[in-house]
Formats: sequence, C-alpha cells, structure tokens
Amino acid sequence: MISARKTKKFLKFAGLPLAIFTIVLVVPFVNGFYYTFTDWDGFKTTKLVGFTNYADSFADPKFWTTLRFTTLFVIVSLILVNVVAFGLALIVTSKLRSRNILRTFFFVPNLIGGVVLGVIWQFIFNTALVTLANKYDWELFKESWLQDTNKAFWALIIVTVWQSSGYMMIVYITGLVSIENDVLEASQIDGASPLRTLFSIKIPLMAQAFTIALFLTLRAGFMAYDVNVALTDGGPFRTTELISLHIFQDAFLEGDFGTGQSKAVIMFLVVALAALVQVTISKRYEVQR
Amino acid sequence: MKTRRRLGKRITFGVGITIAIAYFFPFFLVFVNSVKLKYDILANPLTLPVEITWDNFEQAFTKMNYFRALTNSLIITVLSVTLLIIFSSMLAYYLARTKNKTSKYIFLILVASMIVPFQALMIPFMARFAPLVSFNNRGALIFFYIGFGTALSTFLYHGFISTIPTEIDEAASIDGASDMVAFWRIIFPMMRPITATVAIINALWIWNDFLLPRLVLTEETQTLPLSTYLFYGTYTVEYGQAMAGLALAVIPIVIFYLVLQKQFISGISQGAVK
Repeated sequence: MISARKTKKFLKFAGLPLAIFTIVLVVPFVNGFYYTFTDWDGFKTTKLVGFTNYADSFADPKFWTTLRFTTLFVIVSLILVNVVAFGLALIVTSKLRSRNILRTFFFVPNLIGGVVLGVIWQFIFNTALVTLANKYDWELFKESWLQDTNKAFWALIIVTVWQSSGYMMIVYITGLVSIENDVLEASQIDGASPLRTLFSIKIPLMAQAFTIALFLTLRAGFMAYDVNVALTDGGPFRTTELISLHIFQDAFLEGDFGTGQSKAVIMFLVVALAALVQVTISKRYEVQR
Repeated sequence: MKTRRRLGKRITFGVGITIAIAYFFPFFLVFVNSVKLKYDILANPLTLPVEITWDNFEQAFTKMNYFRALTNSLIITVLSVTLLIIFSSMLAYYLARTKNKTSKYIFLILVASMIVPFQALMIPFMARFAPLVSFNNRGALIFFYIGFGTALSTFLYHGFISTIPTEIDEAASIDGASDMVAFWRIIFPMMRPITATVAIINALWIWNDFLLPRLVLTEETQTLPLSTYLFYGTYTVEYGQAMAGLALAVIPIVIFYLVLQKQFISGISQGAVK
C-alpha cells in the first residue's frame, strides 16, 4: 500500500521531467555511443564495425589540426579569461564610488550571444581596423586578422575574453565578498601589505570561486562554437576550426556521420577527463572553513 | 599613508575606466555606424556620423523580419523557462525530500550529465528527432530546452530546498494539504530567490542560443540570433544594414538587463556558489 503511494508521488513530481531528460539527453547519448561502432550513415545501421570509425577519425589530419587548435585555445582562453575576470572583480570590489557603473559595463558583453558578437568583431577586424591601418600606416592591421591562422587565433581569444570575463567576474566577486571582514582586519593589523593580503588571505579563502570559474571556462572553451562560426567560420582553409565546428562540418556538411560522431565521443571523453583533473586539483587548494 | 592610498585609488579608477571604455567600444561602433551612410562608414569607421540616416534601420527591420524574430525569441524563451521552473522545482523537491538510493542515483546522474557537451549528442539527436522537428519545430525546440536545462536547474533547486526545514512540509501535511498543494502553496513561494536565479541563467542561455535553433528552426520560426546571421554572408556589401540589424538584436536584452540588473548579478552569483 505504502509503496503504491510512493510510486504515485514519484510519478507526480519526478515522472515528466525525468522522462523528458531521458528522451532528450540520455537516449541520444547512449545511441551516439553505440553508433560509433557501426556503419551508421545517419539513417540506418547494417553491421558492427568495431573501432574503424575511431581509427578513421585519428587518421584524418584535419582532426589533428583541430585538436591542436582547440587545446591551445582552451589553455590560453582559460588563463586569460580568469586573470582578466579576477582583475575586474578586484576593481569592482574596491572602494571606488564608480564600482557599480563599472560592473555594468564589464558585464554587458556577456548578455549578447556569440553570433551577434562575432558579427560585430568581424566588422572591427575586417573593416574598421583595416581602413584605419591603411589610413595611418599601421603594419599590424593592414591585412585582416581573420585571414591569417595565427592572428585569427588571437582574434578568437580577444573576443572570448571580452565576452566571458564579465560572467567570471561575478563568480569572483561572490568569492571575494564571502571572505569575513574580521580576517581582513586582522591581516591589516598585523601589517600585511595589500598584495600580501591578496595572495596569502584572499585567494586561498576564495579557492572555491576559482574551482567554479576554471571549470566553467574549461567547459566553455571546449564547447565554443558561435564565436568561431561568426568570426572565421573555420577559415582560412579549415585551419581555425575548434572541435565543435569541426564535428558540425563533418556531419552536416560532409555527411560523415560515423566519424563525426566518434569525434564527438572523443570530445566528450577529453572534456570529462580535463574537467575531472581540474576539479580534483582545484579542490585540493580549497580551505575548509 | 593617506596620499598613497589615494594614489592607489586613482590608479584603480584609471584602469577600470579604461577597460570599461574598451569593453563598450564595440557597441559604440555598432551604434554610430548603424546611422551612417555607406561611404561614411568606409571612410571613418570610428567617428561620429557626418549625416544621420535611418534608412539602415528601415531596411534591417524588414530584412530580419524583426517583429517576427522578436516574437519567436520571446515565445520560445518564456515558455521554456516557465516549464523548466515548474518541472525542475518539482523534481528537485522530490529528490531532496525522498531519502533513498533511487533518488540519490537519479541526482548523481543529473549532476554527471552536466559535463556532457551538446556536440557529443548533436548528431544522433538530429537523426532521432527529425520527425518531431518537422511536426512542430518551435514546440520541439522548447521540449529540447527542457531536457537540456533540467540538470542544472534541478541542481540549483536541490541545493536550496535542502535549506528549508522539513517541519514545514510536515505541518502542511498535518493540516491536511496534499503533496502538490503543500509544494505549490508553501514550498514554492519560499524558493523565490533561487527561482530568480534559475530563470535568469536559463533565459540568457536560451535567448542567445544559436546552434540548436540553427539545427531545428525554419525561416518562419527563426529567433533573433538566427536573423542576425542573415547579415553574415551579405554584409561585406551592406555594413550599415548589418550594424542596424545588430543594434536591433542587442537592444531588447540590454534594456532587460538594465531594468533587472540587481537580479542578474545576484542570480549569477547565487548560481555560482552552488
């Protein structure tokens, strides 16, 4: 009797959301995993093929270009976004009277989606800077940054930092304001310099904020798609393709569903592993209060 | 000592203001160039317009089918967020209050699923759901958003519900309220702060999302980010229109943010602490 009531309650509260979650997320995930071991062509499968799709993925030189490009992008954006965001958080939590207005400005780029941002910056890199460079003879910008693989990389980084530092800033602000005032007062009385206070007191006490911000930027770095499409669309010659775009092109443009999906599974494994390592390391620095 | 501190404050202010200007500069460019004539954009992309024209806005407005795109974005965002709030708060309430192995495992699966990037299931996803999408693509998109948003939203609610004492549920049940009534009349109203967080985080994501709508929606149902993308191919020719289109796409969300700024900031910091 009791178990019938329990089941009823489960169905009432959890049934529908769990069903949708399973249909939308779990089923395609398991399915996708299975497909990579078959000759799936997007519609049907006829036989199991073992690891052929994975072997094909790794035999594709463009995939290696993408993996290198993505790894570099994740590392550089992770560092720069967090350094900038932490700096912004320090400015905004200082005793400046203008701190709230500054915070508003820092956060605004975050409200806007990657595609819109990408189109704005494409105008800046392709038109605005090139026009000015030719007018005033600036060597660096005479040719659009987006036409050159290395410069396009930095263009992607600049836009990513500009976009996501505002969000991470909020995460760091939350960490900074959570530090109790008496700890800070005590360090002041002991004569610690502001820099010393920052590194020996504030940063260790807000390590949790770093764990979260690093995790979010790591994940966002691997998943970056919108900015990539809107800025370079992978060009020139598919040399600036981040992994998301690469998978998209493989499957929906070239019709290679099998390899596309195995690359997607590889991506998942890389993200999961990287996130696991990062969280484990970060957690070690967290101080129990 | 005092002068040194004042100097430090000046430097902080200087750095802050410089970064703020740099952060805002791209928007400035969009707005000035959106009202310029074509030759003026090419000659002086960074300066104020010589002559103001609204033609760009007029053309962008029709080309993007602005009101249709805006309506689509609103419908999809509002419905998805509302349903996500209803479903995930109920699920979280159940999981937080039912202390057994099943609910513990369900919760763990939900948390683990947050690490799965959409790209990892995009391909089988599109193959599987093609019929649903062709049946009703807006409905399908909302359905997908509920699926993808459940984990994080439930996680946020779960953390908050754990801080509400169970005595409140018990009191309600002694007074004869059913589970559903107790939840919607008593518990749900207590969760307002976390509901605001869930609403803001999901609304920002869904409003700006590009990849999923690109795969699912058709021309009639396209959202603002998709309609902005129209200018992508053509815009080497028509900068003015593209800039006006961008301005039109950016304005609604910026207004929304300026009005609800406090909620935005506290919403995101609440979401980050969990």
